[in-house]
Amino acid sequence: MTAIAPSLPALRDAFGDAVERVAVSCGDTIVYLRRDRVHDALAWLKQTPGQEFDYLTDVTAVEYRDPERPLEVVWQVRSLGRKVDLRVKVALDTAEPLEVPSVYDLWKGADWLEREVYDMFGVVFTGHPDLRRIIMWETYAEGYPLRKDFPLRGHFSRAEQTRQALAANPEAHYSLDELSIAEAFHELPKDVRERLRRGDRGFLR
Amino acid sequence: MPAGADPGAVTAISSISPNWVTTRLDLLTNWARANSLWPMPFGTACCAIEYMATAASRFDIARFGMERQSFSPRQADVLICAGRLPFKLAPVIRRIWDQMPQPKWSISMGACASSGGIFDNYAMVQGIDTIIPVDVYVPGCPPRPEGLLYGIRLLQKKIQGESIVDDSLRDEHLVGPSGLFLPAERVDELSEPFGNSVSQTRSG
Repeated sequence: MTAIAPSLPALRDAFGDAVERVAVSCGDTIVYLRRDRVHDALAWLKQTPGQEFDYLTDVTAVEYRDPERPLEVVWQVRSLGRKVDLRVKVALDTAEPLEVPSVYDLWKGADWLEREVYDMFGVVFTGHPDLRRIIMWETYAEGYPLRKDFPLRGHFSRAEQTRQALAANPEAHYSLDELSIAEAFHELPKDVRERLRRGDRGFLR
Repeated sequence: MPAGADPGAVTAISSISPNWVTTRLDLLTNWARANSLWPMPFGTACCAIEYMATAASRFDIARFGMERQSFSPRQADVLICAGRLPFKLAPVIRRIWDQMPQPKWSISMGACASSGGIFDNYAMVQGIDTIIPVDVYVPGCPPRPEGLLYGIRLLQKKIQGESIVDDSLRDEHLVGPSGLFLPAERVDELSEPFGNSVSQTRSG
């Protein structure tokens, strides 16, 4: 129940003092890593035989009520084959620029997860190919809503919020060009490309 | 008249089925409008579930002339906002409202659409009447189908009191030069905080 995940000794061997702290909570192992090594460590966890954490369950962040506590970015990874989970965290000082490396190159699914953390907490994922807001609209100017210093009702008056919302063009960033399948054609899986070439639409086998 | 027919019978028939009636034009148009409202459902939350129940067989808004759900705003008469409206959807509902042809009406269904409800936060419009004009507010969280039906009946009653010569009823209420549908002070006043948010300071 309270056992530390078996991956830990190997992770310590590989990364030494980049492993700052290890905690066990409700049976889950939490590894605190140094920011500059977190990308290497996650790549190692994904690619090393015997580890194979091939599935990124979630990327999120936690800010605590106590201002002196750091903001934590959390990666929850899972090995689908071995059926084990691991939680990796990086503590960021909120007084400094919030930056962590993106893991988009390891898991494509990190794309929207990292955009959400950026949108809500203002954490910048360096190396992300398209880091922009995903939940709030892109011209949203009030800040990062899940930060503790963000007032519940936002920074602007209701009239200003309404004015800015009405001024937004809902189609500005979701144009047909952007959503065009022709543009994304070369990124589609091969079998889908074959079906589209034949003009065979929406037929599921 | 065919030969041999009784002239008295023809008189009797024409007196019980006249080919014309006299009425007030307002009465006729309002009767037609009120009883053939085509709803444009704008369902964003749990109110939309109650709206679906209202439209389904047990409550059946088809009884009130709403047989056709108009999922295209250009063929709709009444916009029913069923659910909370985030700021991100404000320009969308505004555009849908602008696309609806006159005469048009709107129903704000539920506490959140009418006032923001429990969502007194950064993301939510505090009442859709800051975005579009509203004819009937239906309270409830969510309102039961009976509540929505009562609101629809109220709207029908309102329509029956309208006059086709009164152009002010058909004002478009377009967004003004300030970019707002209502004056800024009215929006702030309408969305005054209540409950737990009263003590929250606003930073500017």
